[in-house]
Amino acid sequence: MAASATRRRRRAENVTAYGFLCAALVVFAVFAWYPVLRNVTLSFQEVNFVRGSSWVGLDNFRKVLDDPLFATAWRNSALFTLYALVIGFGVPFATAVLLNEFRHARAYFRVLVYLPVMLPPVVVALMWRWFYQPEGGLINELLSAAHLPTSQWTNSASTSLISLVIVSTWANMGTATLIYLAALQTIPGELYESAELDGANLWRRLWHVTVPQTRFVILMLLLLQVIATMQVFTEPFVMTGGGPKDSTVTVMLLIYRYAFVTNDFGAASAMSLLLLLVLGVFSAAYLRLTRSRQI
Amino acid sequence: MTFHAYRRRVRLAAASVTALAVLPLASCSSGDDGESGDGRVRLDINGQPPGTDARELRIFNAEVARFEESHPDIDLVPHEGFMEPETFSTRVAGGDLEDVFYVYFTDPAQIIEQGYAADITDYLADVPYLDQVRPELNEVFQDAEGRQYGIPTANYSMGLLYNRELFERAGLDPDAPPTTWEEVRQAAAAVAELGGGVDGYGECATENTGGWHLTAEIYSTGGQVADRDGEDWRAAFDTQATRDLLDNLRAMRWEDDSMGSDQMRSCEDVMVQMGAGQLGMMIAAPDALPTLVRQYDGSYENLGLAPMPDGRGTLLGGEGYMINAGASEEQIEAALTWLQWRFVNPEETERRIRQRLEDDQPVGLPMPPTPDIWAEGRVRDDIAALNERYANVPVEHVSSFMDAAPSIPGRIEPPRAQEVYAVLDNVMQGVLTERNADVGALLDEAEEQVNHLYDAS
Repeated sequence: MAASATRRRRRAENVTAYGFLCAALVVFAVFAWYPVLRNVTLSFQEVNFVRGSSWVGLDNFRKVLDDPLFATAWRNSALFTLYALVIGFGVPFATAVLLNEFRHARAYFRVLVYLPVMLPPVVVALMWRWFYQPEGGLINELLSAAHLPTSQWTNSASTSLISLVIVSTWANMGTATLIYLAALQTIPGELYESAELDGANLWRRLWHVTVPQTRFVILMLLLLQVIATMQVFTEPFVMTGGGPKDSTVTVMLLIYRYAFVTNDFGAASAMSLLLLLVLGVFSAAYLRLTRSRQI
Repeated sequence: MTFHAYRRRVRLAAASVTALAVLPLASCSSGDDGESGDGRVRLDINGQPPGTDARELRIFNAEVARFEESHPDIDLVPHEGFMEPETFSTRVAGGDLEDVFYVYFTDPAQIIEQGYAADITDYLADVPYLDQVRPELNEVFQDAEGRQYGIPTANYSMGLLYNRELFERAGLDPDAPPTTWEEVRQAAAAVAELGGGVDGYGECATENTGGWHLTAEIYSTGGQVADRDGEDWRAAFDTQATRDLLDNLRAMRWEDDSMGSDQMRSCEDVMVQMGAGQLGMMIAAPDALPTLVRQYDGSYENLGLAPMPDGRGTLLGGEGYMINAGASEEQIEAALTWLQWRFVNPEETERRIRQRLEDDQPVGLPMPPTPDIWAEGRVRDDIAALNERYANVPVEHVSSFMDAAPSIPGRIEPPRAQEVYAVLDNVMQGVLTERNADVGALLDEAEEQVNHLYDAS
């Protein structure tokens, strides 16, 4: 009697759990898995919303691979990612180390560093467009006042990509800084004291204590950063439109152009699938890393 | 609350969450049989001005009401907005595209190719005044077999827009604007000499507008952007005339310093500078005049419009309407009745001019309510006479443009215009952002890309 009552209660609990699970499954299926599957389908089709789509095999992949902008877009995205790793890792990490040393007004500086994250990305891009103006722009005015050489920033093919990396770093470093700061604060003070007793200078303490102790967080953030920066879109779309001379055309911008300028959803899907495969490698590395940590 | 009541509530919550997740999926579809329910033909149309433009919205709604009064069998359902390329395909896919939709001249070729617009050829015989429209404008809405898929409602050719006040201050004659690209360079240098942030000449260079302007400028030298090669199209812009044109532009930017330093600008950015009285000249169509006055604080007294320098050709641009491929026969007929009454209707022109005057809107320019769509003949002459009679803007400031218009050959945009413009953006950006740009290499590279584009299509 008691056993059957327990079974009934357990079944009722399971029904409730499945109810919540169904909702999550429906949302994921409709808004995450279905679009991915649909993207795979579209990449093998010539898409027409009136006549109906037809299967074209690998034609869309051939089309995007033959596009003279294909190599340019991947090179630009890879360079953006590389620059973003160098600047986007170094700056937040150094800022976190600096903030960690502060004894006063730490909360104030934390807010200050995080503030740009709260600005809408389009607003950031438009603001920096003005900052970057060769004449009358904030950056060149400041450089001129300090008697330093000015730059053409986004007005030159040789400096446009790095200019966008600076904007992206400024806008997004707040989150990484806070995560690094949290990791730094978990390092036991005794380790630094021991290192100091052993005569380690600041650089050696950083290299032999701080970096090993935060290695997991650094690696995790670097992988996430690669996945995010390979998909950079807002900055080139709003600030340069991919120019000058295609120097800021990224993979995502090219996908956007295929889909919404030339209305070629097949090519856009094929390019998206290629991007998905590349990012899949980094995502697998990320999952492997976090899983090994859990174990 | 008892434990059981709590459990029931939790289960109810689980069911509700699932239902909420599924509900939106079930409510996405809609049916449209083209009838209003009261026997009238229902026609969803776009082109309604936004609520922020109260005056234009009032005029539009009054026109809709007037049409419905005189055509009681048609129910117009207006929708705000014009052509948004970014959302067009998704609206087609979602079945949200209106029965009658607005397009720019750059759009019809692709829309016809994709089958998103109805073939209206067999319905056109009885549409009044359509045979009076310039044939090259109708061609924009035709396929290779001459079947028609839309109606042109406005046409703009490009010209040289200039600031008369800056010309005077620079010692130039505002009634004798530059007629060649070399004269543009000289005038730009003179205007830039004024200083105080004033530039002599401005160019758009981003969002495909650099390619659009370069196309207009290549046409002005008598050149072509693309030529037919049998059944195919080939790039045709890599010529000595184009190289000379770009060398002139490069000299303005880097030798004369008459174009300022910020070059990665959209046309809107250049218009802001023009409206603020900080720019001597730019390439623009006549519809830029009211935009400059209304949105950017310009004044008709200070603005002038001249024909394209060199004057061997000009880019025809414009707008029109197409009809949804899914429209019924009744809807196509109703749509053509509306479009003819609203846009291709000289019988209503004088009333609309008077309305514009009452609303203190510009009259006398080659734009609605007197768009330049008419072929040589009685209708064109009548509209010109009305313009002369009712003009409330200094028409003499644009008279050189208007006088030259019939004699300058108008050329339509190249096939796959937006993609070609994206490639040509690079040429414009290269010349304007690199001091030692190799014009020949830029053109070679662009030609290769455009040919690849045509090969792929």
